[in-house]
Order: sequence, then C-alpha cells, then structure tokens
Amino acid sequence: MQNKQDENRIIASSLTYTYPEAAKNAVDGVTMRVKKGEFLAILGHNGSGKSTLAKLFNALYVPSAGTVWVCGLDTRDDDLVFDIRQHAGMVFQNPDNQIVATVVEEDVAFGLENNGVEPKEIRVRIDEALKAVNMTKYAKKAPHMLSGGQKQRVAIAGVLAMKPDVIILDESTAMLDPSGRQEVMNTVHRLNKEEGISVVIITHYMAEAATADYVIVMDGGKIAMSGTPREVFTQVQRVRELGLDVPPMTDLAYMLRKNGVNVRADVLTVDEMVEEVCRLSSSN
Amino acid sequence: MSIVIEQLNYVYMSGGPYETKALSDINLTIGDGEFIGLIGHTGSGKSTLVQHLNGLLMPSSGRILVDGLDLADKATDRRAVRRRVGLVFQYPENQLFEETVEKDIAFGPKNLGLDENEIARRVKDAMRRVALDYDELHERSVFELSGGQMRRVAIAGVLAMEPQVLVLDEPCAGLDPRGREEILSLIRNLHKEAGTTIVMVSHSMDDVASLAERVIVMNHGEVVMDGAPRDVFSCGEELRGMGLDVPQAVMLAQKLREKGYDIPEGLYRTEEIMAEIMKIAGKEAQHA
Ligand SMILES: Nc1ncnc2c1ncn2[C@@H]1O[C@H](COP(=O)(O)OP(=O)(O)OP(=O)(O)O)[C@@H](O)[C@H]1O
Ligand SMILES: Nc1ncnc2c1ncn2[C@@H]1O[C@H](COP(=O)(O)OP(=O)(O)OP(=O)(O)O)[C@@H](O)[C@H]1O
Ligand SMILES: [Mg+2]
Ligand SMILES: [Mg+2]
Repeated sequence: MQNKQDENRIIASSLTYTYPEAAKNAVDGVTMRVKKGEFLAILGHNGSGKSTLAKLFNALYVPSAGTVWVCGLDTRDDDLVFDIRQHAGMVFQNPDNQIVATVVEEDVAFGLENNGVEPKEIRVRIDEALKAVNMTKYAKKAPHMLSGGQKQRVAIAGVLAMKPDVIILDESTAMLDPSGRQEVMNTVHRLNKEEGISVVIITHYMAEAATADYVIVMDGGKIAMSGTPREVFTQVQRVRELGLDVPPMTDLAYMLRKNGVNVRADVLTVDEMVEEVCRLSSSN
Repeated sequence: MSIVIEQLNYVYMSGGPYETKALSDINLTIGDGEFIGLIGHTGSGKSTLVQHLNGLLMPSSGRILVDGLDLADKATDRRAVRRRVGLVFQYPENQLFEETVEKDIAFGPKNLGLDENEIARRVKDAMRRVALDYDELHERSVFELSGGQMRRVAIAGVLAMEPQVLVLDEPCAGLDPRGREEILSLIRNLHKEAGTTIVMVSHSMDDVASLAERVIVMNHGEVVMDGAPRDVFSCGEELRGMGLDVPQAVMLAQKLREKGYDIPEGLYRTEEIMAEIMKIAGKEAQHA
C-alpha cells in the first residue's frame, strides 16, 4: 500500500457503512481510488449512497467495515480526523449549513484560526482563496446578504484556504442558476489543472459529469459502472436502467444512430456534435 | 380562470437597514390553461412573485386579481383562492410535518372541510398521479422516505386540493434524472389531461424548453422578457448577460449556422434540431 499512496489521494477498500438500525448498507463494499490530480464524478439515483460515501472520505463517518485512506491516513484513527479534514475539504449542497461567521473573510479564516495558522499566513491565504473564487470585493460583506451562488463560492473559498489535496463537492451547484453553476465548475477545473488539486464532484447534471476524467455510478451502495465519461455514457440503456440519463448531446447522437445517421456514439458536447455533422456532410 | 397582476411591487424589511426591493412594477396576465416557464438568475424575484399568486405574500403596492377576486380586499375569501391556486414551494420537503404520508397529503383537503370519503378518494388519487404506491407507503413516516419520494408527497398534498392553477417553484432541484423525468411528465399530464394552468419556476433551460408554451424572464425584480420559447431562447446573448443560458439544442443550432449550415431560426427542441441534422445527412426521419 505504502508506495501507492504517493499517486493516490483517496483509497477505499471494501468500504462499508450501515446507518444505526438500518436494514441495508448505505455503502456496500466499495473499492476505488482518487488519483493525484484526478477529476472524478460520482453519479447515482437518489439514495444510492453518494453522500454517505463522501462523508466517509471526509471522516465524518467511520467505516462499519473496510478501510479508507485519505492521503495515507486511515479514517478509523480518531487522532487523525483533524489532519484528514486538512487533506480532504468538503463543500455541501446547502452553503447555509456551512457558513459560520458574520463576515465573509472571517468565514474563510475560520478553519485556519482553529488550526493555529500564523495570523500573517492567514491573511495571505484569505486573499488568495477569495481571489480564486472571484469574491475579493465581498470580503467585508455579511454572508447572509449574498445570493445562493455567492454563498457557495464563499464556502469553496473556506475549503481552498485550508490548501487541501482533495476537494469534495456534494451537489454544490444544485441551487445555482446556469452561470453560477458554470462559474463554480470553472473554478474547480482551474484549481484542478493549475494547482493539481484532486476534485470529486457528486452531481445529477450529466453535462457536468461529462467534464470529469473518470466517472463512477453508484447503485444500492455499490459501484455499478465506472470508466471515462465516454465509456460510461455510450452505454445509454444501462445508464438509464440505473435511474440516470446521458448528456443531451449523447442522447441526440443515440437517437440519430437509431434513425440510421452514422454519427459517433460517444459524442458528449455540443462542439463534438458540430464536428460530427461537418464530417457527415463532407462525406455525403 | 385567469390571474391578473397589476403594478406589483414588493419590498422585504421595508424601512429597515436591510430593505430589499424584490419586485418592481410587475404587470402580467396568466390565462386559463397556460403553461408558463418562469426563469431568472438567483435572487431575481421568482419565489417572491409566485408567493403572491395564492396570497401568501401581500403586495407592497399594486394588486393581484384571481378570477376577478382582489387578494388584498378584506372581503375576499382567501381560502377560496388557495383552493384554486396550489403552490409547491422550493424544497417542499421542508414542509412535510404529519406523521404519515397519508395524513400529510390529507391535511389540505381536511382544511377544506371535505367529508371523510372525499378526502380518502383525493389522497388515493393524488398518490396515484405522483406514482406513489398507496398500499406500500400510506402508513410510512414521511421522514423515512428518499428525497424523490418526499418531493412527490409534497406535490401530492397540493394536488389533493385539486387546484385549477398549479405553481411549482423548482420542482426538480436535487432529483435524480429519472425522478426529474417522472415529475416533469406528471406536470405535463396534468396540463394536457386536466387542463390545469401551470407556472413552473426552473433553472433548467432544457426542462423549460421541453414543457413551457410561454417563457417569462425575470432580472433584478423586473419582468424583462415574455414570449414563446422560440423567441425567448433565440436571445442567447441577452440571456447569458442575465446569468441564464439557452438549451443545448439552441446552442447546437447556433454553432451549425456559424459553420454555414442553413438551420432555421427559432428552433429550440431536440427533436427539431434532430430533424435538421437528418436532412443534412440525407435521411428522412422514420419517427420524429
Ligand atoms: N441519517 C440517516 N439515517 C438513516 N438512513 C440514512 C441516513 N442518511 C441516508 N440514509 C439512507 O442511506 C441510503 C444512502 O443515502 P445517501 O444520502 O448516501 O444517498 P445519495 O446517493 O446521496 O442520495 P441523493 O441523490 O438523494 O442525495 C439511503 O437509502 C438513505 O435513505
Ligand atoms: N425573507 C427574505 N428577507 C429579505 N430578503 C429576501 C427574503 N427572501 C428573499 N429576499 C431577497 O429578495 C430578492 C428576491 O429573492 P427570491 O427568493 O424571490 O429570488 P429567486 O429568483 O427565487 O432566487 P433563487 O433562484 O435563488 O431561488 C433577493 O435579493 C433576496 O435576497
Ligand atoms: Mg446526497
Ligand atoms: Mg427561489
């Protein structure tokens, strides 16, 4: 295991979690990993175990069986919980549950102060984090006066200031308007590319999942499918059986093929569909 | 039955240091049997507006007439209005409170003073409409349901009032794609079969495009666009400038036009753009 830790941020081995008195395991024998610098999307129908899995990664829950290592740290070890949360930062669906302070910059600083980071260093980190999410202007504002999308960005800044190795976003764009959603996605993609931070997003938006390096589909607490977005979404029927859908352009490609139009089955984006149409008409 | 909104203004925390003007001079008529998609950036005033439609919020100025009845008029029977206009809140599961699914759905009809038999009939009918199995779930605690099931119970509670106008604030947020598709087809059927007037608030341009017959766009408390989906969604630049977007089909049509393909303006549904691509590929649609 030891030398693998360098390339993997999170390793889960037969990871299982059962809620008290629940008849079934919410997470049931999951084995997977999140690589250094990887952008991973976790999909699955309501109740399939995605949030429970995320909470196991963040040491909010302790495994009922199996193990999860976050940057080499075993989450079963109580003494490591604090360190683990430094390495793996989580942003929840509803930012109201996450924002604690009455001024934006104090909220961003909250985790750092608790951590005993030097005041000078705290200042630097606040400024960097707010800049990264485009919220410098709002540093002195009260969080409750911000819109949903702005609050969500403050919550992300709070996680960034901790300089984690992995950011986990649990449906963090569900309440946002289209540009708010796009901004949050752009921010995490940039951090992933430029800073090499691993990203795990949990989402019901297939078009967002299509931008990931790798996709995992959960069903009944187990991993039902995994692969690159292309590998997963081209299995249109299987994906639908699991209560999900495919990105709109993949669906269009699927319908076109059913009608005898020979476009590639693994189209994910509008630009790829444009390419396919150009290819078709030039070969006609 | 129509709803007329005249010169509506609404201010939160009026006079205080945090005074917020949420709605400015709204004028709208919602006709009988319409299907309206209401879109706008976060904080644009959508939820504030829809809460006026059944008298939950009262205008700071201006008026709302529901079937000719002025909601602000003391003589108007508010209960009669709530019976006609059903509102499903944003995150309605926060409002479930009765101990069982059946009791929760029966709450509204009970308040209407209906008799036991009629209440039982309505609860069963509403559960059937939202695809909740009565035998399996009527005794279940609402807190032991999945997110999608809770959303359905909340919608069933409003349907059991048998409203003529159904207002839904983000009915699909947080639902998985199958749950979303089920809720959307339920709404589509209510509109088609029962002729229910629908006002649906949504951040999904694709959902609005696939259902609405009229799209109203809000921006900073004002109505800035109001028209057929094909007209509204042909204003991609303006929509993006307001934090919104166009359905992916519209984006595809636009990019194909830029490549020199002759795609008619105003297409916004996936089936329409598919038919165009079939033409380009020299195929006739077998079933479109
Ligand atoms: N606090 C809890 N107590 C008991 N059971 C729970 C609790 N939270 C979740 N569950 C159950 O565990 C299972 C997995 O839930 P989880 O929240 O992980 O699903 P999810 O995939 O995140 O779903 P969603 O898409 O609706 O957010 C479900 O069957 C759910 O009912
Ligand atoms: N209870 C309240 N007290 C004070 N201000 C409020 C309240 N509710 C909403 N506002 C403010 O009124 C404006 C309109 O809010 P509203 O909730 O109607 O927007 P919305 O379009 O529904 O947004 P979203 O898409 O985020 O749900 C916003 O500026 C908001 O901050
Ligand atoms: Mg969840
Ligand atoms: Mg709202």
